[in-house]
Amino acid sequence: MGSPLPVNSFSNRLLAAEAIRRIRLLAQRVPGAAPVPVMEVCGTHTHVLAKSGFRELLSDAVEYRSGPGCPVCVTDPADLDMLLRFSLQEKVVLAVYGDLLRVPGTEGSLLEQKARGAQVSLVYSALDVLTLARQNAKYQVVFAATGFETTAPGTALLILEAASAGLKNLSVISLHKLMPPALKLLLPAGRCRIEGLILPGHVSAVTGRRAFDFLASELGCPAVVAGFEPLDVLHATALLLEMAAAGRCAVLNAYTRVVGEKGNIAALEAMAEVFAPEAALWRGFGEIEGSGLGIKPRYAAFDARKRFGLVPSRAPGGCREACRCGEVLRGAIRPPECDLFGVTCTPERPQGACMVSSEGACASYF
Amino acid sequence: MPVRVLVVEGDRATIEIAGGTRVVSKKLVPEIKAGDYGLLHAGFIIQKVSPEQARETLALYEEIYGQSTSG
Repeated sequence: MGSPLPVNSFSNRLLAAEAIRRIRLLAQRVPGAAPVPVMEVCGTHTHVLAKSGFRELLSDAVEYRSGPGCPVCVTDPADLDMLLRFSLQEKVVLAVYGDLLRVPGTEGSLLEQKARGAQVSLVYSALDVLTLARQNAKYQVVFAATGFETTAPGTALLILEAASAGLKNLSVISLHKLMPPALKLLLPAGRCRIEGLILPGHVSAVTGRRAFDFLASELGCPAVVAGFEPLDVLHATALLLEMAAAGRCAVLNAYTRVVGEKGNIAALEAMAEVFAPEAALWRGFGEIEGSGLGIKPRYAAFDARKRFGLVPSRAPGGCREACRCGEVLRGAIRPPECDLFGVTCTPERPQGACMVSSEGACASYF
Repeated sequence: MPVRVLVVEGDRATIEIAGGTRVVSKKLVPEIKAGDYGLLHAGFIIQKVSPEQARETLALYEEIYGQSTSG
């Protein structure tokens, strides 16, 4: 058996206290007004910052701005409304990951559609969809596949297994998104000053650190790939401030226990076999070229968009104009700046996507 | 989350999680074996977790943050 993995030491309070002290000192050395704005791209980092209290504790030194790294949050309303309409189609079972169920679309959520008779099934893993298809041979089982580079390889394996088993009643609506194209769009477009990015550790585990080199070489933005333990997040923050203070720009890997330079080759190969980059809709951003994963023509039989002629479009009427999730996802405002936050929009009754998932910025702030 | 692999069989791995066990796919990390640690995401192990690198990182944190300095 291999050697044990140390886990608890990553929460050592004494080390954290010293890291916080250092971060405050470093922040004073960064040119420009304090607090120094950095963006945590990943929703899990947003959650860690809220749970640990670091966001508040360090608010004099660092302003953590949440990025577009919560997969449910960035699912566009037009795609969501498409799913809501499609869920009511007869002889269809729509399989989704849990968080998607409660995201409000123009005319309610998938949970409400379920109450109206839609067959919506929760899945924990893409491979659960195979079981679902085998158990429901008289139904078309359609998987609304959300998620970034972490989740897309599993969907690719699902399609490969369905193809190999010759399943005729399984198909996928790929809502998968790629992180680098969104960051390319976000940074030049950002209204706010961002001194550096805390990069998503799990996405990087698949893509490899190198996939983010463009941040430094093309966009001049320092970045650190970070793990998800409290000390990991503090250390990544300290590294970003050190770079900002020294005028240095690089993409560093502070999560070497999981992330390599090249990523997970088997996962990248599975994705490349089944998917090709295509334009995708993002809440708050609109359409971003090359940021989605379309199913390649050779697997068209498993492409639900083609099989059922599905086209994303907003339902008429009920546009939730007051909801500012889009601006939250771009890092343009903090959740409490939205008038709905904590008043009509709460985790129990979310009005916007960012209040639904525990990885959503609004739910984390709440 | 990091999980410990107990048994591997073909493309599947039995892992220890939250005091129990669960069978997940190891197809994305074919080289993982019993006793190794992996990163679990939505039913798939998506990467190996290196205990050696974890210890090196902790040693680094100790070195940088382990004693009060003038910054």
